[in-house]
Amino acid sequence: LASTSQFSANEEKRNLSLGGHVGFDSLPDQLVSKSVTQGFCFNILCVGETGIGKSTLMNTLFNTMFENEEASHYQNGVYLRPRTYDLQESSVHLKLTIVDTVGFGDQINKDESYKPIVDYIDTQFENYLQEELKIKRSLFNYHDTRIHICLYFIAPTGHSLKSLDLVTMKKLDSKVNIIPIIAKADTISKSELHKFKIKIMSELVSNGVQIYQFPTDDEAVSEINSSMNAHLPFAVVGSVEEVKVGNKTVRARQYPWGVVQVENESHCDFVKLREMLIRVNMEDLREQTHARHYELYRRCKLEEMGFKDTDSDCQPISLQETYEAKRKEFLGDLQRKEEEMRQMFVNKVKETEAELKEKEKELHDKFEHLKRIHQEEKRKVEEKRRDLEEELNTFNRRKMAAETQSLSQPLKKDKDKKK
Amino acid sequence: MTANIRYKSRIPVKTEDSTEEKQYVGFATLPNQVHRKSVKKGFDFTLMVAGESGMGKSTLVNSLFLTDLYKDRKLLNAEERINQTVEIIKHTVDIEEKGVKLKLTIVDTPGFGDAVNNNECWKPITDYIDQQFEQYFRDESGLNRKNIQDNRVHCCLYFIPPFGHGLRPVDVEFMKALHEKVNIIPLIAKADCLTPNEIKKLKDRIREEIDKFGIKVYQFPECDSDEDEEFKQLDKELKECTPFAVIGSNTVVEARGQRVRGRLYPWGIVEVENQSHCDFVKLRNMLIRSHMHDLKDVTCDVHYENYRAQCIQEMTSKLAQDNRMESPIPILPLSTPDVETEKLIKMKDEEVWRIIFRRPQNQTQEE
Repeated sequence: LASTSQFSANEEKRNLSLGGHVGFDSLPDQLVSKSVTQGFCFNILCVGETGIGKSTLMNTLFNTMFENEEASHYQNGVYLRPRTYDLQESSVHLKLTIVDTVGFGDQINKDESYKPIVDYIDTQFENYLQEELKIKRSLFNYHDTRIHICLYFIAPTGHSLKSLDLVTMKKLDSKVNIIPIIAKADTISKSELHKFKIKIMSELVSNGVQIYQFPTDDEAVSEINSSMNAHLPFAVVGSVEEVKVGNKTVRARQYPWGVVQVENESHCDFVKLREMLIRVNMEDLREQTHARHYELYRRCKLEEMGFKDTDSDCQPISLQETYEAKRKEFLGDLQRKEEEMRQMFVNKVKETEAELKEKEKELHDKFEHLKRIHQEEKRKVEEKRRDLEEELNTFNRRKMAAETQSLSQPLKKDKDKKK
Repeated sequence: MTANIRYKSRIPVKTEDSTEEKQYVGFATLPNQVHRKSVKKGFDFTLMVAGESGMGKSTLVNSLFLTDLYKDRKLLNAEERINQTVEIIKHTVDIEEKGVKLKLTIVDTPGFGDAVNNNECWKPITDYIDQQFEQYFRDESGLNRKNIQDNRVHCCLYFIPPFGHGLRPVDVEFMKALHEKVNIIPLIAKADCLTPNEIKKLKDRIREEIDKFGIKVYQFPECDSDEDEEFKQLDKELKECTPFAVIGSNTVVEARGQRVRGRLYPWGIVEVENQSHCDFVKLRNMLIRSHMHDLKDVTCDVHYENYRAQCIQEMTSKLAQDNRMESPIPILPLSTPDVETEKLIKMKDEEVWRIIFRRPQNQTQEE
């Protein structure tokens, strides 16, 4: 094996010109047709306080009414609620999973609010990693639940990010692609919005929060992507209600002072979000999740487990060697633990035995003691009985003596009486 | 405005009838005398605003009093707010209108609800209110009471975010901590993000939750039965409208040919003083034009008195414990019922119960 790699390193790549149409330009189409048959999957995580409009925005983006009950403000903690839907458009199948953060922002103490979110993301990575490490694996069949995009909903206060927003985004930026959006943006006027966006972006930058950048390396989309990057965070308005405006019916929110049209670009950035998220960069988001965030997770996890790419002499170690070493270590650990436990057990048994012996001895002593007392008592009783018997005998003798004496006496008395 | 009519002088017009003149004593001018003296003395009012940062509190205060109280204030960044504690900041201004002087104090509570961990973030606020009560208590009990300054908080406007489905735990806890110390008026902030239906739903939900959690918000006093129908109708509407959904603005825009306070959007102009846009006018009328004095009265007669009674009780029981005879504040000796008396009372109670109902006190009818 080593010899062939030597050869290909030295050989230079040559460009050849073709004499006719070969036909491999159909490769992208083959790829496309394969992936269409397979179907796509996309996972969105929506993070934002209760009532900020996460469900409404999802309904608006995908033009569907995903079932949803209103969440309560009184959850004890944050929990994540994933829901999977099968959507179809033209002949393209999409397995869409929307994960909601229920209870986010409601607790008085929000120190731990980010944890369930981070745990969920990590769990999806872990599940994929487990599948990847299996001996018999079926990755092509695997339902990929890794989060491809996190939409972070910022409340339209008009001042800046909330402290919770900053803390949470910092914890998430190395694990998932984040697109920050300003929710319920119809409460901010144009001039306030401009200042608000600048303030938010500067706060993110100054705190080192990495948000998702729309890719500008692909010529076909670099222009639109880079112009969109400048519009972040997107100020969105969601609505599933239809209002008649002029001679058209559009999705909008009707106020006494006017109608906010969701798809009107001078009203809000909804169209921009949809364009970026779904129509242009969905595939890139999936790629980034796999190539960057997942790889980072995998590397950290394996390093934790003790795997390295190179050993202390900077020689490449094979996974197999590391496995062996780990296995030995593990078995050694196991044995040691077994020994410990066995030793502990033996000690315990000894202890208990000793205790039991003690108790036995005690009982025995007691028994002896009682026996002695019993003997003593018995002897005393015997003595008393003998004494009693003697007395009885003495009494009987006296009685007989008295009786015999009185037998000879009464004749006289009777005679005396008869006289 | 009906509110103004209510306080117009009620002197009966003197007729030409001589009999009327003989019967007319003249104390019907008392309201006028009160009016005149109060104008001379001037008024004072302390208003507290509380709520998370970015709810439009400052903008609303500016809109209410048509002034700019918050020039050049510095707002904190998100990073600085992670561990922020609540501060209390007072702004005092003297304003005058038609000869009536008002010393207005706005008590701001920056930092409330802004940190990540907001446990007991209302404590500095309750402490402040108690401090003002204590100060007044001392002043009132002092020997020289000529120049007592009343710094007690007369009203607290609490701003509820319009983004949720109702009250949040922090809202409930805050109002419960304060409802027996100050008049709370809950408001729905930034109401221009809610359609009329959504506003109604939210108001119903909040009223329900206020009942459910037993929060005692400020209640409008009942109308006198001799008020005219129009006033009664307005009063009824006012009560059904709570909590008020408000919008504030620092800018003046051109709408329908007039210059008004409002917010300019691409899809329309929100006018702060347009009653079909929001309840700002109702709030202003209620807070300033008709119920300002009632708010002060309730503060004095209810909240302050509760505080005072509690304070005295604590003091006397403490005195009894320490066996001291003099107290630092002149108070009538309150007879705190001691254990013996209480036992006696309880016994007599049970006796009476037994006699009247022919069964022991804790037994129910069915037993």
